[in-house]
Amino acid sequence: MNKITIEPVTRIEGHGKVTIHMDDKLNVAQTRLHVVEFRGFERFVQGRPYWEAPVLVQRLCGICPVSHHLAAAKALDVIVGAGTGEGLTPVGEKMRRLMHYGQMFQSHALHFFHLASPDLLLGYDSDPALRNVIGIALKHPDLAVQGVMMRKYGQEIIAATAGKKIHGTGAIPGGINKNLTIEERDGFLKGADPMNIDKMIEWSLAALELFKGYHKQNKDFVDNFAVFPSNHLSLVRKDGALDLYHGVLRAVDKDGKKILNDVDYQDYYKYINEEVKSWSYMKFPFLTSIGKKDGWYTVGPLARLNTCDFIPTPLAQKAFEEYKAYTKGKPNHMSLHMHWARLIETIHAAEMIKQLLNDKDLQSTNLVTKGKKQYEGVGLIEAPRGTLFHHYKINKDDQITMANLIVSTTNNNEPMNRAVNDVAIKMMTGKKEITEGMKNAVEVAIRAYDPCLSCATHSLGKMPLEISLYDSADNMIDQYRS
Amino acid sequence: MKILIYGYGNPGRQDDALGIKLAENIEHWVQEKNIPNVEVDYNYQLNIEDSERISRSDIVIFADASIEEIDDFVFTTVTPDNSTIEFSMHAVSPAFVLDLCEKLYGKHPDTYLLHIKGYEWEFTEQLTEDALLNLAKATEFMKEKIKELLNHIFHI
Repeated sequence: MNKITIEPVTRIEGHGKVTIHMDDKLNVAQTRLHVVEFRGFERFVQGRPYWEAPVLVQRLCGICPVSHHLAAAKALDVIVGAGTGEGLTPVGEKMRRLMHYGQMFQSHALHFFHLASPDLLLGYDSDPALRNVIGIALKHPDLAVQGVMMRKYGQEIIAATAGKKIHGTGAIPGGINKNLTIEERDGFLKGADPMNIDKMIEWSLAALELFKGYHKQNKDFVDNFAVFPSNHLSLVRKDGALDLYHGVLRAVDKDGKKILNDVDYQDYYKYINEEVKSWSYMKFPFLTSIGKKDGWYTVGPLARLNTCDFIPTPLAQKAFEEYKAYTKGKPNHMSLHMHWARLIETIHAAEMIKQLLNDKDLQSTNLVTKGKKQYEGVGLIEAPRGTLFHHYKINKDDQITMANLIVSTTNNNEPMNRAVNDVAIKMMTGKKEITEGMKNAVEVAIRAYDPCLSCATHSLGKMPLEISLYDSADNMIDQYRS
Repeated sequence: MKILIYGYGNPGRQDDALGIKLAENIEHWVQEKNIPNVEVDYNYQLNIEDSERISRSDIVIFADASIEEIDDFVFTTVTPDNSTIEFSMHAVSPAFVLDLCEKLYGKHPDTYLLHIKGYEWEFTEQLTEDALLNLAKATEFMKEKIKELLNHIFHI
């Protein structure tokens, strides 16, 4: 069997690689995406006072620390007796939502302008050194500035709600530790051009139009790249609306039939299990009722727009209706439509930010709720890349005794493997060496899911992309290293 | 003239905090000595919006932990370069930020990078003893460098 390896090597961890196994007739026999996820963190928090968790967990990842911060805080809301979601004071819940939508907005903007739009505007086969925001800056400088300023706007929302850029302390068990001042609010609502929410909404809509224009010109490619049927899972609001901060857990099958019917996520472990495979450090979650083989699911923007019934903000809802009409209301299984879904969510996030900024509850001083202490709590949130699970148990001395985290990239483990396999079959069948097209296609497939392969530590050094080709006797016959 | 000292790293990952700690040390020193025209900023990692941030300064000194084979610290000049791209990149290099700054704003500050040698990267906020020594040396170096840069305008 021939084996091809695509390996981004990090200095510390977050080590991922793709292996494509070829048979003697040069057919792709098997494709696997290996991602080394560090599980040691769950042991690290054991013994620590529970109230430290929302700050401690931000050490997990420098990419989406806000998602971990809020998921942990939500779990600890249960432990301090504040209940789930609805139990907080209005300012407690709304400040957290503002923080979360700020995070979603900046993360989606980064993905689109830095990782996705270069593929679309410059071409999937263009020079990799320029297939990023630098290339956009050269050919479409106005767009690049939009990306930079949208990131900056979202980051400033986070700083204002979390208290600081690094290891924010905004969310605490039972609520938050600060409200939003009138000055902060007015800065976000009416800041000098372009740093105000109306401009952010305008740019979000323009980004969606950009994608739609590309799609119109490249339907065959976009609609046929890494397409495979999947189950989809996410939080939804109790009335079926898209809700990225709180709700019930819903899953639908490839045809849209509910296979997890709006259950309380405190009981997630009754419905979801994780399989360990010998060849990967990353687990494979699945719906217990369906089983390991067919119970895997997709999370993230595509999944969220497949599970929800509507979007509770007008501009995003309008875009959602057009998006759903494209698949005649059925679940969308096209990997590159992840970009379309992500941009609709970007509009929704901007609309939610505006709605929240205009809510006087954000200036309330009733910040924290407490109730009867519990010894176990689960917090779920829709992180930019998908559903994020935090589960803690504590003892009578307030120390954490158990932590279980299922991160978005883990939830998308099987779908990413399927996506890579799909493109490998199309690009590598009959090939004896690593082609530029194959390298690009594998990157595009993985990038659609926006996985967090390199977490937390980033000291100086490089994370090259390494591709190795092995013959049937496991001898390396070709290698590419970026 | 505006000088920006910008430390980055994850302070929850042991020696990866070196850039942040250096920035904190300088921030404290700047406040204590009431030194004008020096700003300090820090973050987990650099990203595209930092191109706008540095465009407002004349001189930028980034500080980061280094796993490379250096003694204690190294001070280098940064030139615009976009070749350090990574395929699923959620963070960028100082050279990339500088290059983006130049392309978007038509200018870029004189930029330097202080690499401070780190050794361990576990889940703890405690720097290793060797990293602490390197931090102390790097902090003193940075103070002298800032004085040198400001010397022709201010008397510190």
